[in-house]
Amino acid sequence: MTVTTHPPYRCTPGPLHAMLLGGTVALFLGALFNDIAYFQTYQIQWSNFASWLIAGGLVFCGLALLFALVNLLRADRKTGRPVWYFLLLLITWVLGLVNAFEHAKDAWAVMPAGLVLSVIVTLLSLVTAWIGFTNLRSEGVQ
Amino acid sequence: MRHSIPLTALSMALLLSACGGEADSTQARGPDPKMPEPQRSLLPSMKIAEPVEWGDQKPTVPQGYNVTAIATDLKIPRQTLVLPNGDILVAEGRGGSAAKLKPKDVIASSIKAQGNTKVKGGNRLTLLRDADGDGTYEMQTVFAENLNAPYGLAFADGKLYVANQDALVRFDYEEGQTKASGAPTKVTDLPSEINHHWTKSLTVSPDGRFLYVGIGSNSNITERGMEVEIDRAMVWQVDAQTGAHRPYATGLRNPTALAMQPGSGQLWAVVNERDELGPDLVPDYLTSVREGEFYGWPYSYWGQNVDRRAQPENPAKVAAAIKPDYSLGSHVAALGVDFSLPAMGEKYADGVFVGEHGSWNREPPVGYKVIFVPFSNGRPAGEPVDFATGFRDANGKTRGRPVGVTVDPRGALIIADDLANTVWRVTRAQ
Repeated sequence: MTVTTHPPYRCTPGPLHAMLLGGTVALFLGALFNDIAYFQTYQIQWSNFASWLIAGGLVFCGLALLFALVNLLRADRKTGRPVWYFLLLLITWVLGLVNAFEHAKDAWAVMPAGLVLSVIVTLLSLVTAWIGFTNLRSEGVQ
Repeated sequence: MRHSIPLTALSMALLLSACGGEADSTQARGPDPKMPEPQRSLLPSMKIAEPVEWGDQKPTVPQGYNVTAIATDLKIPRQTLVLPNGDILVAEGRGGSAAKLKPKDVIASSIKAQGNTKVKGGNRLTLLRDADGDGTYEMQTVFAENLNAPYGLAFADGKLYVANQDALVRFDYEEGQTKASGAPTKVTDLPSEINHHWTKSLTVSPDGRFLYVGIGSNSNITERGMEVEIDRAMVWQVDAQTGAHRPYATGLRNPTALAMQPGSGQLWAVVNERDELGPDLVPDYLTSVREGEFYGWPYSYWGQNVDRRAQPENPAKVAAAIKPDYSLGSHVAALGVDFSLPAMGEKYADGVFVGEHGSWNREPPVGYKVIFVPFSNGRPAGEPVDFATGFRDANGKTRGRPVGVTVDPRGALIIADDLANTVWRVTRAQ
């Protein structure tokens, strides 16, 4: 009699959820690069690009947040990863919104707060996406 | 852990809501205004006019004066001109083609539009005539059309000059004419790319030799880039004969109205200053426009108060900036100026009238009236006095918004109202 060993249970985002989560990282990261370019050149168009990328990031992040919420509600035990994933994504979105308002200021008034926020939001989105893509459920819990 | 979700959301909501503007109705006006520290909350404060009809109501004018609507149903009247025979010309239009560059532009422009008329700009000049001198302007006829957002008007030596948003043009004029005899002749092109501030104000030297054109900046504070500010935020001197032009004074963010001082021949302007530095910055001002001088925009305001939003910074320009003459208060949006005459009555004989379109980014709102700044020895002297009020009530209901003000030598003040699409005439009660 052979014994089949099951791998630890993992639950990862579906295609749409994954696209939203990956897009969030890409858009916020793009905004950060544009902020750096504006910071170094004073060329305003970089700052305009950053504003739109942040707006796009908020849309993607906001929709991903809905998936994260549903995931949390559907989790059997509402502790650990489902909670962390949702909370971190929520904080990412809220700080992203603050960053959007910061970027709505005129010309150099965006700096330096806009750049600092872009760094924080990008890092947060990276960490959050890492968690989300690794496993949406707490280890050992089905 | 279970409680941390709503708590986090709540604290974030609190963070976001802690951004109200300071309510302070005392604004520094006069020659030496105090400059508070700049402030900018996360969300810019916007307080938009809520348009309503005048109905039976009228603006409030001082005792001993009457006010009448001499023309209605216009298509966005901006500036007016009184011709030698007493006919009044009204420039009607709306210009600007500034692209929306950021999400903010899309949102802010749709909010601001709520406080303006829904009528389409006329791109024309309307002539008003009171043939029998009874105070009723029985004739209202189109003098010229197919203009491009006409704004500034001036008359000298049988020539009528009109500042379109893209060019200064000239009509030949004969006294009594009610319709232009043909298309205008171009005197010179005017800077018109983007036209964030599109209005081109205009006046003429007493000898008719030079025209002065006020050209506004292409942004609030260089947020469309430094490159688009070439030939912006300045007053041009234009040779009426040849169209040759040169900057007469620079660093004037948005010189929305110009006037020639009777007697001295000194050029004066009202200028709208920059936004998003707080409810009490930066004061709009009335100033004599001194040839060759730099008035600060974008690098600094009211002398050497540096505006760090304009980068790269320019300490040499900051050092060179001179102070304007007289603060009208921040965000009042002065759009009209004209010198008074003894015919306006003893109290208002010496000074200027200023039309204040009213604020859109300040709580409580300011402006929405016509004020009188008394002069003495050719200089502003003393506190400004309200001359025509009632354009906006305490509940935010806004019936009108004053733009151009013109003194009729017969003893009347003509006020263009671009919200009610009306021209008001204030006269002394007989």
